[in-house]
Parts: sequence; C-alpha cells; structure tokens
Amino acid sequence: MAFGRRKKVKTFAEDELIVFENVTKTYSTGAPALNGVNLKIKKGEFVFIVGDSGSGKSTLIKLLLRELIPTDGEIYVNGARLSKLRRRQVPKYRRNLGVVFQDFRLIKNWSVYENVAFAQRIVQTPNRLIKRNVPAILSIVGLASKYKAKPVQLSGGEQQRVAMARALINKPPILLCDEPTGNLDPKNSLEIMKLLDQINKRGTTVIVVTHDKEIVNEMQKRVVTVRKGVIVSDEEKGGYIDED
Amino acid sequence: MRISSFFYTIKQGIKNIFRNALFSLASIATISSCLLLFGIFFAVIMNFQNIVKTAEEGVAVTVFFTDEVCADDTRMKEIGDIIASRAEVSRIVFVSADQAWEDFKEDYLGEYSEGFTENPLAGSANYQIYLKDIAGQDSLVAYLKSVPGVREVNYSQVTADALSGANNMISYVSIGIIGILLAVSIFLISNTVMMGISIRKEEIGIMKYVGATDFFVRAPFVVESLLIGLIGAAIPIGIINFVYDKALGIVQGKFTVLNDILKFLPIETINHTLIPLSLAIGAGIGFLGSIVTVRKHLKV
Repeated sequence: MAFGRRKKVKTFAEDELIVFENVTKTYSTGAPALNGVNLKIKKGEFVFIVGDSGSGKSTLIKLLLRELIPTDGEIYVNGARLSKLRRRQVPKYRRNLGVVFQDFRLIKNWSVYENVAFAQRIVQTPNRLIKRNVPAILSIVGLASKYKAKPVQLSGGEQQRVAMARALINKPPILLCDEPTGNLDPKNSLEIMKLLDQINKRGTTVIVVTHDKEIVNEMQKRVVTVRKGVIVSDEEKGGYIDED
Repeated sequence: MRISSFFYTIKQGIKNIFRNALFSLASIATISSCLLLFGIFFAVIMNFQNIVKTAEEGVAVTVFFTDEVCADDTRMKEIGDIIASRAEVSRIVFVSADQAWEDFKEDYLGEYSEGFTENPLAGSANYQIYLKDIAGQDSLVAYLKSVPGVREVNYSQVTADALSGANNMISYVSIGIIGILLAVSIFLISNTVMMGISIRKEEIGIMKYVGATDFFVRAPFVVESLLIGLIGAAIPIGIINFVYDKALGIVQGKFTVLNDILKFLPIETINHTLIPLSLAIGAGIGFLGSIVTVRKHLKV
C-alpha cells in the first residue's frame, strides 16, 4: 500500500499500520472531541473502539477517513501523514480503506450490483473483471442471488452485507466499520461480526467502532475504550467497560 | 481516462435522467419555458428588424444636377460612378429627364399632359440613391451637396430619423429583454438544478467516501445536465417551428392592408440563428449549473 506524500517519512515498527500521535480534535463548539489520543494499530489486528455517544468514536473515524484534520497531533497510516495529504490525494488514500457505516450508505436507486461495482469503477477496473469480481464478492457475503435488487428491497442485515461487499471488493488493507450493527437485530449483528472475523483472518486490519456491549464481549478482541475524548483503556481480548 | 470509464460516464448521465425522472422533467420544463419565451421574442425582434430594414431599403436620396452637367453624359456618368462607390450607398438608379417627365405625367397629369410639346422637366435628370443603412444619410447628403455640378439634393430627414430611431429602439429593447429573460432563465434553472443536486447530496457523499475523485463524481452530472439542457432547448425550437407559419398566416389574414409593409422572414432564416443560439444557451446553462452546484457538495 502506498499513498500520500512522503516528504517527512517517519519510521515506525514494520507492523504498525495506523498511528495516532497525541491527537486532539476540537470543534468550534468548544470542548475537544478527542484530547491527546495516542493509539497504535498493527497490520492484521481486529480492534473494537468503544464508548458511549459523544465519547469521540465518530470523530476518530472521520479523522481516519481524512474527512477531518486534527487540531493538534498527527495521524499516520502506513507511514503517510494524513494532515499533509493534498485534497486531490484524498480519494486515492480512501481507496485503501474499506468503509462500512451504521446507515449502510448505499445509493438507493442503484442495484446491489451497481453499488458494489462502483467501488471498482472508480479505480478504473476493466468491465470484464468487474463482471467477474462483483458476483464473487456477493457470494462471499451471501447475496449472490440478489444482485438485481435495489437496497430498499433488502433487509437491514442484507444492506449491511452489500456495504461490506462494496468496502471489500478492492481488497483494502484496512476495513473501517462505524457502528456496523447499530441498525441490526442481534442475529444479523452476530452474522455481520462473524463475517468481519473471517475478513480479518484473511489478513485485513479491521477497526470496528461500536457501543454494542454484547458483541464486544462475545468477540474477545482488542478493545480500546474512549471516554470524553480520551482513551481510558486498551486491552487485548478485552470486554466492554461500562461508564459507571 | 479509460474508454470503458468514458462510456460508463455517458451511460450514467443518461441513466440519471430516467432515475430522477421527476427532477429531469422539472428541469426540462423550466429550460423549455424560458427558451420558448426567448425564442418567441427572438423571432419577433428579427421580424421587426427585417420590416425596418425593408422600409429603409425603399428610402432614396434624389440628387439633381446643373444644366451643364445634365447636358454632359460623360460627366453625369462619372458623378454616378463616384456616388455608387460610396460606403453608404447600396445602389443607384439613373432617371433621365425624359423618364422623369414620363413618370410625372403618369403619376399626376394623365390625359392633361397632351398640351405640353416640350419636356418641362428638361433639367431634371437625376440619380435615386438607395442606402445600405439609413443612419448614413446625413453624411451622404453632406457629401452630395459638396459635389460640383449638383444643383439640389432631395431627402427626408423625418423618415431617416424615424427609421433610425426605430432601429435603435429595437436594438436597445431587444438587448434589455433578452438580458432579463436570460437572467430569469439562469435563476430558475439554477434553482431547479440546485434542488436536484441537493436531493443527491447523500449520493455524492457516498461516492466520495468510497474514494471517487471529483471528476468521477461530477462527470455523470455534467453529462446529465448537458442532455437536459439540450432537450430543454430542442423542445421550444420544435414548438416555434411548428407554430411559426400558422401564426404568420393568422397575422397576415387579420391585417391584409399591411401585407405590403409586413414582410415576414421565413422560419429557415430565423432558425439559422435561433437553433445554434438556443442549443448553446441550453447546453451552457446545463453545464454551468451542474459544475457550480455539484462543487458545493464535493468537499466530503
């Protein structure tokens, strides 16, 4: 993976994929959403970032998506300093991230096939490969037979699978999931998590932002707990820590 | 850009028109209404200008000469050639003294002319000078008065002023009204386009999150808006072509007395300018509208 300018290349341990260095993000409204966050995520890790509403989880995702720039501190992804990326370099950077949102963010009047194929079209994949790759990824997420359906014709769980197929089709090294089970029932939530686990086992670094206590406790992965913009715990095979 | 991406962009642009059928119809209707008003006004203005031009072409300056010049055919022809070469002059007609007397007899005397044995208009050989533009009459008259051998110059200052004034008025009014129509059109169309784009703000955001470049997001919208603009321009062109001859028939039927004065242009002459102009405006509005409005939502 290579993206962004690397004028000031900082050296990291070989397996460090994402590094937050003393990151603070303050909105114009006042109190910092993130305050002096330090975090390192290695290649191939599965990390839950948990916390209640307003804890700063979403800001963390937006910073990783380069939708926001830190007020202070630096974020490095595979050695590239995100704050130094030029605007026109951002699309190329984002192609290295698969992103899954709570509200799926599928284009409503496009078919399942078109929604997934779009991620390949923007990286200029030839049509013949798109025709091969899309059915393949749809069958991995269990939706091969629904390629013609529009998102509204699918259940929440199915829509989230389409979003995952779209996120994964370009084989990104990092998969970012922002509350991926937020709109799903427990059964669908667990299935999505199993799918994420499989993806992680194939080598993709998976970061899941969530406040779904049961899922976090069930999965037994690394858990980073954020509270009021500060990381209060970071545990391997951790569990959800309640605020009180 | 790959060829497959190029065709994908075109295909997406066309698909978008049908996917957002309601918005597309609203945009096409807005552009069509504005350009129909523009087209009607344009056709009326072109006809007015043509009528004034025809009237101008009928106005002549008549120049009479001294007896010496009248008696010297070579000198008369020389002066005629010099006048004809002037920039203001469209054409000149030589009227001999005999022709002048014949015309006078025919117009005013009839059978009462028989008592005349000699030509009372013997010194009336003249040139009737037709102008390219009535606005050039003053300079021509001044010149003619300075030519040696010229006895008298007949012209109508009132007619020249009236026609010149009408010409100026049509120019100013048409610039004003076309300007207002275009401003209103751009306002209405950009509002419609903005409304459509804001509906798709979410769509643009998703594309950007997935890693699409600004160009990749924008291109199908531009194709879509260009097509909407062109369709919106083609409809009023069709309506005007269909209605024009029928409307002329009605006007000429109601005002038969004016048929000699009201010389209307054929639709082909109007189309010559109207079609490229309308298509350019339609495409231009579509292009600019999409570029400006999509830009607003690209910063994700």
